[in-house]
Amino acid sequence: MAETAVKKQNKFRVRISKRAEIGTKNAVILRAVSIVAAIVAGGLFILAIGYNPFSVYGTIVKGAFSTQMAFQATVKVMIPLLISSLGVTLAFKMKFWNIGAEGQIIVGAIFASYWALFHSELPHYLLITIMFVSGIIGGGLYGLIPAFFKAKFGTNETLFTLVLNYIALNVIVWLRDGAWADPESGGFPKIARFVPNAQLDKVFGIQVGWIIGIILTVLVFIYLKYTKHGYEISVVSESHATARYAGMNPKKIMLRTMFLSGAVCGIAGMVQATGSDMTLATSVAGGVGFTAIIVAWLAQLEPIAILIVSFLFSVLEKGSSVMQSTFGLSTYCADVLQGIILFFVLAGEFFVRYKFVLSGKEREN
Amino acid sequence: MDMFINFLVAAVLAGTPLLFGTVGEIIDQKAGHLNLGVEGMMAIGACAGFMAGYRFDSLALAIAAAFLSGAAAALIYALLTVTFMADQNVTGLTLTIFGCGLSNFIGEYNITRSATGNLKLPENITSQLRSIHIPVLSDIPVVGKLLFSYNIFIYLGVAIAVIVFIYLSKTKTGLNLRTIGENPAAADAVGIHVVRSKYINLLIGGGICGIGGAYCSMIICGGVWMSDSVNGMGWISVALVIFAAWSPLKAIGGSLVFGAFSVLKYYMPKSIITLPNAFYDMLPFIITALILVITSIKKNKGRMQPASCGINYFREER
Repeated sequence: MAETAVKKQNKFRVRISKRAEIGTKNAVILRAVSIVAAIVAGGLFILAIGYNPFSVYGTIVKGAFSTQMAFQATVKVMIPLLISSLGVTLAFKMKFWNIGAEGQIIVGAIFASYWALFHSELPHYLLITIMFVSGIIGGGLYGLIPAFFKAKFGTNETLFTLVLNYIALNVIVWLRDGAWADPESGGFPKIARFVPNAQLDKVFGIQVGWIIGIILTVLVFIYLKYTKHGYEISVVSESHATARYAGMNPKKIMLRTMFLSGAVCGIAGMVQATGSDMTLATSVAGGVGFTAIIVAWLAQLEPIAILIVSFLFSVLEKGSSVMQSTFGLSTYCADVLQGIILFFVLAGEFFVRYKFVLSGKEREN
Repeated sequence: MDMFINFLVAAVLAGTPLLFGTVGEIIDQKAGHLNLGVEGMMAIGACAGFMAGYRFDSLALAIAAAFLSGAAAALIYALLTVTFMADQNVTGLTLTIFGCGLSNFIGEYNITRSATGNLKLPENITSQLRSIHIPVLSDIPVVGKLLFSYNIFIYLGVAIAVIVFIYLSKTKTGLNLRTIGENPAAADAVGIHVVRSKYINLLIGGGICGIGGAYCSMIICGGVWMSDSVNGMGWISVALVIFAAWSPLKAIGGSLVFGAFSVLKYYMPKSIITLPNAFYDMLPFIITALILVITSIKKNKGRMQPASCGINYFREER
């Protein structure tokens, strides 16, 4: 029995082996290759459905940049994606799998919207500040729940944060159909539009969220790289035991980091509701919390890279909206292309870390 | 009483897509893979099943197409996570985005090219999808309606759940799979072919999810193609795996309970208690969260996720 197993395994001519340090330059080249391969594969998909890949890709880029309004719309798509990607990065750095950005965005938006709906008579900047802080508190507390149970009982955070998303989504529906329903909507379920006093200001024609996003990028970069907290996060991610030995309190660090992670996502919710939607819609998160996880991961949890990746994603998203009018292709095309690109990059990552080795060569044991 | 029976029947109908998704995900997790792509695999199955039925006017082909396309979607996942050892969470999420996008895309693509501006399943199939009348059995009062008044998918779902249960707990291959999920290195050491087993089981799991998707597009939407027909069922299925404690048999009861929650709002007599609809929609998730917390407090061995779930297996790091 054992002998046949050995025989079978020897038949395999190729095996996988870990690479030695590959070097930043080679890693960048490998990633570039996988992105090019992805774009080619996406092109093949476009070709397969009977369109010219060059003109479709051209339309996407044009759709995202051609006019000032198009570019503003692209940035508008980018704002919540960038901010929530930064949020989940904090948790991921600690190897805490926060799949709950979606829910944290929503709760941040709910907390902020309370002030916009019921205290809109406050002076503008005071009101905006209160809403901003409320967004932080809302998202932060919602992030704290799974962290608390993980720290206390070891509850699986991937599944817990996932479930919390749907609870949060239904809280909006609850508010929309009940206490916060717009009396003037004529029975149509929605929450009232925020009065101008409760809307975010615009800078260069785009809501101020883009400045908040850039500031947060810098802050998260500094926080992770140059502060004691950032260092503690990296130690905890490696080993709780090591952290304890070094006199750190891993549970405290976990709670603090998850509060911050949720808080940043909460800001994304506040900014989306008050700056773009001008109301609290059930689509306030709209899948951004999930896409953010992919963006953060693609960017290797590096804040500056997140800025770039989230911008590219937004170009694809916004540019694809033009495809409907130009080619009669639905905007879902963007999701398909996103998926294909990601699959290739995911596979490409393998070659950064591992290599295929012909067996028989280094096989001693 | 009639109301109550109607409620139970509606719960079964609403819970069935969840049963497929949950059983599929249980197999995946038993293989050590937390696959967050259930929603995407179901969406792809929904599209393939519907389109096959639409084109070829055959229910058997539709179900086969749903299974195969779900398995094909799972193949992408398996290739990336088993062979290329990519992060399971990210791969699963990507599969969901890709699968939902592709499904909706193909749907819209066919709609714009159809003469009528919508896609409707041929009458032959819709009639086959109505509840099957079993002579004698279906005519028994109460019991007949409760147990023998359903469409083919429901019996198929229960049969698959029972077969998977037997497979996982009584057969050698199934026990081997569970070993892989708990400790792949140990499984490898005793001569179990870890990689091959993971591939086969992930594909089967994906195929089962695909059939669940076909239920959404072909039955829930009444035979007319609609975008996003899966509509979060895949995510609920992932949550339901926890509720069902990784057992396909408990998944049958679990999907019935979750199905009941989702239709409860239509059947709860308003005179007794009035709660907002959102509360009913939230209930399954609140209960899942509670179960997660309670099982982690109790550290109940029988109700835990397979130990290697989420971690890719790399032979050289044994």
